Amino acid sequence: MDQMDCGVEFRNISKRYGSDPSAPLAVKGVSFEIRKGTLTTILGPSGCGKTTVLRMIAGLETPTGGQIIMGGKEVTTLGPADRNVSMMFQSYALFPHMNVLENVSYGLKMSGVAKEEARRRASEALANVGLVGYDQRLPSELSGGQQQRVALARALVLEPAVLLFDEPLSNLDARLRREMREEIRALQQRLGLTVAYVTHDQSEALAVSDLIIVMNDGLIAQSGTPQQMYEYPDSEFVAGFMGEAMLFPAQADADGAVHLGPLLIAPKQRVAAGAVKVAVRPEAWQINRDGSGLAGTLVKFAYLGSFFEYSFETVLGRLFVVSPDLTDVLEIGAQVGLTLADHGVSVVRMA
Amino acid sequence: MNKNPNKALVWWLAAGLLAYLVVPWYAIQDTAWYSVLPQVWSGLETANGIVQALANGRAWLLVGLLGLGIAAVGLRVPVGRAQSHWLLAGGLIGLLGLLASGFAIGARGWSFEYLNAQFGELAINQFGIGIGAFATLLALTVISAFGLARRGYFKGDQFIASAVVSCSALLVLFIVFPVSKALYGAFLTEDGIWSVTAIYERIGNERVWGLSCLAGGVRCGVAWNTLFLALASAAGTTVLGTMMALLAERSAGPRVQAPLRVVALLPIITPPFVVGLGLILLFGRAGIVNQLLEYAFAIEPTRWFYGVLGVWIAQLFAFTPIAFMIMRGVVQGVAPSLEEAAQTLRADRRQTFLTITLPLLKPGLANAFLVGFIESIADFGNPVVVGGQFSVLSTDIFFAIVGAQYDQGRAASLAWILTVFALLVFAIQRGLLGKQSYTTVSGKGDAGIAMALPDSVRRLLNAVVYPWLAFTVIVYLFAFAGGFVQTWGRDYTLTLTHFKTAFGLEWGQFGLIWAGTAWNSLFTTLKLAGISAPMTAGVGLLIAYLLARTEFKGRGLFEFVALLAFAIPGTVLGVSYILAFNVPPVELTGTGLIIVLCFMFRNLPVGVRAGTAAFKQLDKSLDEASLMLRASAAQTLFHVVLPLLKPALVAALVYSFARAMTTVSAVIFLVTAENELATTYIIGRVGNGDYGVALAYCTVLIILMSLVIALIQLLVGERRLGRRKSGALVAPLPAL
Repeated sequence: MDQMDCGVEFRNISKRYGSDPSAPLAVKGVSFEIRKGTLTTILGPSGCGKTTVLRMIAGLETPTGGQIIMGGKEVTTLGPADRNVSMMFQSYALFPHMNVLENVSYGLKMSGVAKEEARRRASEALANVGLVGYDQRLPSELSGGQQQRVALARALVLEPAVLLFDEPLSNLDARLRREMREEIRALQQRLGLTVAYVTHDQSEALAVSDLIIVMNDGLIAQSGTPQQMYEYPDSEFVAGFMGEAMLFPAQADADGAVHLGPLLIAPKQRVAAGAVKVAVRPEAWQINRDGSGLAGTLVKFAYLGSFFEYSFETVLGRLFVVSPDLTDVLEIGAQVGLTLADHGVSVVRMA
Repeated sequence: MNKNPNKALVWWLAAGLLAYLVVPWYAIQDTAWYSVLPQVWSGLETANGIVQALANGRAWLLVGLLGLGIAAVGLRVPVGRAQSHWLLAGGLIGLLGLLASGFAIGARGWSFEYLNAQFGELAINQFGIGIGAFATLLALTVISAFGLARRGYFKGDQFIASAVVSCSALLVLFIVFPVSKALYGAFLTEDGIWSVTAIYERIGNERVWGLSCLAGGVRCGVAWNTLFLALASAAGTTVLGTMMALLAERSAGPRVQAPLRVVALLPIITPPFVVGLGLILLFGRAGIVNQLLEYAFAIEPTRWFYGVLGVWIAQLFAFTPIAFMIMRGVVQGVAPSLEEAAQTLRADRRQTFLTITLPLLKPGLANAFLVGFIESIADFGNPVVVGGQFSVLSTDIFFAIVGAQYDQGRAASLAWILTVFALLVFAIQRGLLGKQSYTTVSGKGDAGIAMALPDSVRRLLNAVVYPWLAFTVIVYLFAFAGGFVQTWGRDYTLTLTHFKTAFGLEWGQFGLIWAGTAWNSLFTTLKLAGISAPMTAGVGLLIAYLLARTEFKGRGLFEFVALLAFAIPGTVLGVSYILAFNVPPVELTGTGLIIVLCFMFRNLPVGVRAGTAAFKQLDKSLDEASLMLRASAAQTLFHVVLPLLKPALVAALVYSFARAMTTVSAVIFLVTAENELATTYIIGRVGNGDYGVALAYCTVLIILMSLVIALIQLLVGERRLGRRKSGALVAPLPAL
């Protein structure tokens, strides 16, 4: 990747809170790049350091070690005002004493843009996020979704080189969440924005991202496209975090084939001979009435509208299987065979 | 990115240079610096820095200019670490050079004997620093701070860096330096020789530490007097204040709320000794009670009230409202849902009160006790008014400095005891409770309803608090009444003579004549308090902002020093100022400025506390959002933080103004005939037995202060927040 193509680059960044050198590191030396014009999601459980990473991009925290490069320039020690970034806060952080228009034009005014010009651009940004006719309202007089749009317009109006989102959808209800998610993605693609997006919700990450970085315990566990992350997790942690997966101990032979009970898997990557683990998504199991494959007995099932959830007793232990087949319904005690599909199966490192 | 990153640096370099060119370098005696501006290119005393250095032979002053020059090189270096070397080097060379020369060369040449021995006598002397020197030092300090910011400290923010460094410098110059210099004086013998035993010789005696009163003797040492009185007063005010707070919040109806609020406000707007005066009119030798006793039972009036009992009662009256305000906030902070939870767990109201409510009040109780203790040991007015033969440390220090003895060493040694007491209690309070606080003021509303008090507790509160309130009102009424009668105890004719003596106006040949004897001190007090209040509020809120919203190395130490002024008794601060600022490089004794500074640093903790409490309730992401929108830290402070902090701003302004108007202990050393203050004037009248005028003056002060407070509230105005009025952003009354 050449310099001009790179929006944000972290080089071996670490961060420790407080001045006590024995305090644990919140971020333990991470390196990654966010390409210009893409949306990169930083995903992870709470306490994994993802928000710290975002705040270091923003300039709200100074790294303990390492370098941050933005647009080819080192910005490690610069404050937020000296970087070309904007951020949308989880709490929105709208100024309660300013109306919508004042909130949105605040950043322009602080950058010394003339009043009229600032008003014009603020109105434009508000129109961009679909919020027209609320200019004179105070934030306390808006609904949650409207506040969200004001916060978005306020961040957009500065035309930042990098736009940051800190769990932007966590305060919305499920329906509005989907709508805003799609809108953020559409806006990002239309305007060609470089976005860093922090969330703990893997389905949100899968839906909006060009690239996902999964963090765990201050380190990057894995990064890749949504498909790569879901289909080919390379660790137990990522497999478990990116949707549901069951892990089975298995044996790899010298040819690279992996034996899982009676089943044979051809892994996508080369595997050294010996003990391995196989992560299987619940939808990767195929149910065969004729009994071919791994023998299983149905012990539990649940109907969830668009699919069935089955539990089978097998030699590998109890299996959790999701079946989209709503026509052929199994009964408790049914004897079937289970085989694996091409997708949703991956061989991961031993933990 | 269109801002010039070096704009602030250019500005401060220019300020430093101008300080060398257009204003006098040294302090000007007898007149204001701006009146000698035309003479800055000539004159021995009035010249600017350049002339002083080149023409008047004080070449060492050039080191500041050299520092500015080195820092200016930084302009030609790209912003970042490389620039920081130049800024730091320039700033520090200039700063340390000027400071070293300032301390080394005084009004009589070299300040230290060994410099005389080393380099021989110096022919040229230096006066105290003036506006030019101060501005240059400030510019160099700020430039050094910019250097630190460019190294990545303070998150690279120049404003934060310069604010932290400048505030620290102020705290060191006006609290740490004078107090340590004064306390150091305790170890110097009469001849100025350092000796560890000097302090022991001064205070290691019966007069200070004697305990004979326990064995039936006449009196105990002043140290014990002070300690016992402070413990008794602190305990008494804490208990009474807590009872009042519980009654006000949990039991009293709306009809009692107004009088309670007035009672809470009284000590803020009255000089501390008003209560003492009121009590004298009641219980003194010529007081109502004694006269009735004489009339009814022919009991000879005596001075039985003067002494430890009188001082203790006066202090209870004077400081209980402070404890009430602290405890009221704490009682409000107890989350009702906790009490409801206890009640659903089968605790009855009495058990809930004893096992939940009271334990939750514990941190507040400790805080109220600490405040009461420190107020008591620092109190000067009440002991001097009703103490009689009973002496405490603060009065002893005063008489050591002002009285016939004029013994600085003794004053410093006694100040040691006072400071150690205060710091001990401060340390015990911090150590016991640490940062633990159970009050739960969160943004989330607590839907619960506060539990009604158990009946037994309520009966007790009613039996104690209402009589106490009535008593308070009576004492104040007597204090007011005293100003309107001829001579208390002898001649009860109503008269306005006292007001005329103090505040008489006459029409003379050239118009209005301020004939009253009190006008001078009133105007001085108003002027000095008026100057110091905005400065106190501003610096206090700035420090609160730095403490609440920024992370930097040494933050703990910074906070400690900022709150130290609170633990240091006013008497000690006053003595320190007079001992430390009477020689160059900082020569302020006798000026109004020293009083303003004393007001400011004495009351600084009030501003800091009001601000800290308010910041805790302001969501931090608002600041960060503003920073992300390219606003600098300074812009954020002015456009986002301050508009949302108006209540805290009002509180800080009101408190610092009122406290400046009513303080006695700290400034009593600093006043001169020229700069007499209202409180010291009143103390003087009381000393002469002239109660009428003193009480008339108190009445005027109280009315005046109520008006000023109303005016400040009107000027600063309401905050614009939309419908969330009853929300969490109510400025709490700060402790003190």
